[in-house]
Amino acid sequence: MKSAWRLAVAGMTLATMIAAIWMSLINAPTEAEQGTVQRIFYFHVPCAMVTFCAFGLVAIAGALYLWLGNQIWDDLEYAAAEIGMVFCTLVLVTGSIWAKPIWGTWWTWDSRLTTTFILWLIYAGYLMLRAFGGDTPQVARFAAVVGIFGALDVPLIIVSVRLWRTIHPAVLLTRQNEHGLQDPRMVAALLMSMAAFTLLFVWLLGLRFKTLRLNTRLNSLKREVALWRAAEEGGRA
Amino acid sequence: MTNLGYLFAAYSLIFAGILLYVLFIGNRQARLESECQEMEAALERLRESSSRSTAVQSR
Repeated sequence: MKSAWRLAVAGMTLATMIAAIWMSLINAPTEAEQGTVQRIFYFHVPCAMVTFCAFGLVAIAGALYLWLGNQIWDDLEYAAAEIGMVFCTLVLVTGSIWAKPIWGTWWTWDSRLTTTFILWLIYAGYLMLRAFGGDTPQVARFAAVVGIFGALDVPLIIVSVRLWRTIHPAVLLTRQNEHGLQDPRMVAALLMSMAAFTLLFVWLLGLRFKTLRLNTRLNSLKREVALWRAAEEGGRA
Repeated sequence: MTNLGYLFAAYSLIFAGILLYVLFIGNRQARLESECQEMEAALERLRESSSRSTAVQSR
């Protein structure tokens, strides 16, 4: 992504984020049952959406890397996994904060919470493999396989509230296939937050991808310098 | 903690988390850019010294 595009995306992210904060905290009406704490929903759900998109991208980029062997796909996969991990952590933390006043506990081994925590653990393992496994094509291939298998948990999280007995609400579409949000201002706040977080994801992905490309370039420069030094020493000898 | 406190905590944590991650990427990018520049300069010096020694040998 060129720097002008990155700047444009950053500007749009900031504008939509400010609008999302205003719509979520001020414009949307207070929910009748849960009260003001329900407003966590407007940022909790978009964080979850970005998590799923990021890990979906990990699976796609990982499959393309395994198929084509191009370093670009590996860098994209790694960038998406790291961002997915940041947002997955935020989903778990904000969900926990929301759970305390509503369910009376910070954590419960509910099906959606547990499957989300499993997703977090899988990608924690993925990032550890990346951090400590070294910068070799073999590690990149292992990581791609872990990334693809990890992403299989995403559809399970989505359907978990319908498959098992759970206290987690099916928010967007209730179990009776009704619309979960009654007021149009609530829907607008959620859509604006989703737009803001999607743009934030694109912007962060561009930034992180650039650092990984720089890292690849640095490694190739290091190899080239080592070769020149070896040739120079060989010439002297 | 009142319910407003929970709301404040959740929103603050989201923005603190994102800000920390952006700072982490920014620092890493700055470090990599300076390392790349150092390596490019080292490579340039090696190329120059190699071309100089080739010129001396040909004389």
